[in-house]
Amino acid sequence: MTDEELIAETFEGPQEMQDLDETSREELAIEQGVASELPEGFVLDPGDIDVEFGADETMIINMGPQHPSTHGVLRIMLELEGETVLRSKPIVGYLHTGMEKTGEELTYVQGATNVTRMDYLSPLHNELVFSLAVEALLGIEIPSRATWIRMLMTELNRISSHVMWMATNGMDLASTSMMIYGFRDREMILSFFEKTTGLRMNHDYIRPGGVAADLPDGWQDDVTAIVETIPGRVDEYDEMLTGQPIFKQRTEGVGVLSPELALAMSATGPLLRASGVAWDLRRAMPYLAYDEVDFDVIVGTVGDTYDRYAVRLNEIRESCKIVRQCVEMMPPGDYRAQDKKVTPPPRARIDESMEALIHHFKIFTRGFEVPAGEVYVAIESPRGELGCYLVADGSSKPYRMHIRGPSFVNLQLLPSLLRGGLIADAIAVISSVDPVMGEVDR
Amino acid sequence: METETTTAPEATGAPETTGGPKATGAPEAASAAELAGVSVLASKGVLGQEVLHVTRDQYLEVIGSLREGGFEMCADLCAVDYLRHPDRPLPEGVTPERFEVVVNLLSLERHQRVRLRVQVPESDPVLPTLFHLYPGTENMEREAFDLYGLRFEGHPDLTRILMPEDWEGHPLRKDYSVGRVPVQFKEAPGPR
Repeated sequence: MTDEELIAETFEGPQEMQDLDETSREELAIEQGVASELPEGFVLDPGDIDVEFGADETMIINMGPQHPSTHGVLRIMLELEGETVLRSKPIVGYLHTGMEKTGEELTYVQGATNVTRMDYLSPLHNELVFSLAVEALLGIEIPSRATWIRMLMTELNRISSHVMWMATNGMDLASTSMMIYGFRDREMILSFFEKTTGLRMNHDYIRPGGVAADLPDGWQDDVTAIVETIPGRVDEYDEMLTGQPIFKQRTEGVGVLSPELALAMSATGPLLRASGVAWDLRRAMPYLAYDEVDFDVIVGTVGDTYDRYAVRLNEIRESCKIVRQCVEMMPPGDYRAQDKKVTPPPRARIDESMEALIHHFKIFTRGFEVPAGEVYVAIESPRGELGCYLVADGSSKPYRMHIRGPSFVNLQLLPSLLRGGLIADAIAVISSVDPVMGEVDR
Repeated sequence: METETTTAPEATGAPETTGGPKATGAPEAASAAELAGVSVLASKGVLGQEVLHVTRDQYLEVIGSLREGGFEMCADLCAVDYLRHPDRPLPEGVTPERFEVVVNLLSLERHQRVRLRVQVPESDPVLPTLFHLYPGTENMEREAFDLYGLRFEGHPDLTRILMPEDWEGHPLRKDYSVGRVPVQFKEAPGPR
């Protein structure tokens, strides 16, 4: 069979944006971002779509997957008239590594190592959602210290992720100093992570049953140093960017997202909040111990790129507030559940007890069995609702592990946000959606 | 700063959410089964999560009335291939099929989630699309099509999304093998 025949046999339709005369009206509606803006009932009538451009004066250009401003390997095809974007189509999949399939081949003990690589800017959130799902199926309680350690670590991770976003967003909008500052601050938090978990990224720290290790000696000083430095730095960035005319001109009124559209398109996280919908899973459906800490949900008014920036900026401050309360309220006790089925024996016991050695060996080779059932758990990651749908069949490996990546869903908004804007604004908009391609493609 | 910093309106005002991690707050939540319009099989999952088992004929109608009933967001849509786990626990009256499509709906107003499970037979893996009710399911349905080969009738652009467009097969199906790299031992004959 020749290559052409093979391709013809397995071809499932083109992923790229087609010329206008080869595009169906419904596809066009998506690429123009109007399919989701219909007022009542969201029922699409293809006859309603207004084709307002003549094909001979436009051109289709390709941006990415190697374009530096697309935050990884995102590829966008745009049809332009002059500098104005008429329609666009995000094309993803360049980083697909089959992590959901891999997850079915790994035991529950190994699972956290796999999921932590999805959203590589907030690895601890991935581990948390997976662990919460496994614990829900196992029906085990975890000690309160483990809960608070998880909260402390994920909030620090939220700070590092948002600071990293500030850095790349600054870079996209030609504020190069912001990029250097952002990486500097992120490094502070990553150093603490390294001290606690042993690694800067992909920690495998939060595991089913608790966390991998207790916080290191003197952790209070490290964490206090972080939350005393970051708010001052955030004030500096506030001063540097918020009132700066160039920054405001490039972001204000760009990529406006209405709350109705955000809800219809399943957008979550800072995107939804910037549009004025006060929806934060930490407040609305509290997990861990978020109902015991005091923090504000930051809400925008207009829903433009500038608001999304402001929401993230202020969320850093709120996370610092939560971290401070975690330091104060950290309870003593165990850092993992003392459930022999899930928890390996302490390292010291292995040297003296044969049973402990066997027990340890069994947990790390065969894993533990999880009763059959399915559960959907969702948490608020820095990018929105991070969900995990886990199906167990009674063996020691998940039967199906589906991760609902917030960036994967949020990316669908790009055609609506880009339409009618300038190509230079597209950079600001893509950045403000904050996609992490590791999570989009999984 | 032109952005307001407000405290989100607390559901019922009081921190009375002590009933576990998934405590639903807010106004007296009608169960999703009551909102569904037609009679559907409902069950309680782990953590007290509400699960509705709908047939393919009811699928659009039930989701439509749930949307009217206040579930304004479709949080997630995914598929599961039960080829190797056919005797899964299901309430009486549900005929297990090879594929299952799982839809998670979310009501922001009532702080409530509901999960719908639809059985899809292997011989006719087709479901109507939710695109016209929840446009945000576009990517999710394309993902289910790409990785499981389920067709969503009426979807405007049903093409592969994660795999290359000329890929053969649907990788998350249970009869699709995981690729392996053979271990090359010393002294063993070469691969060719």
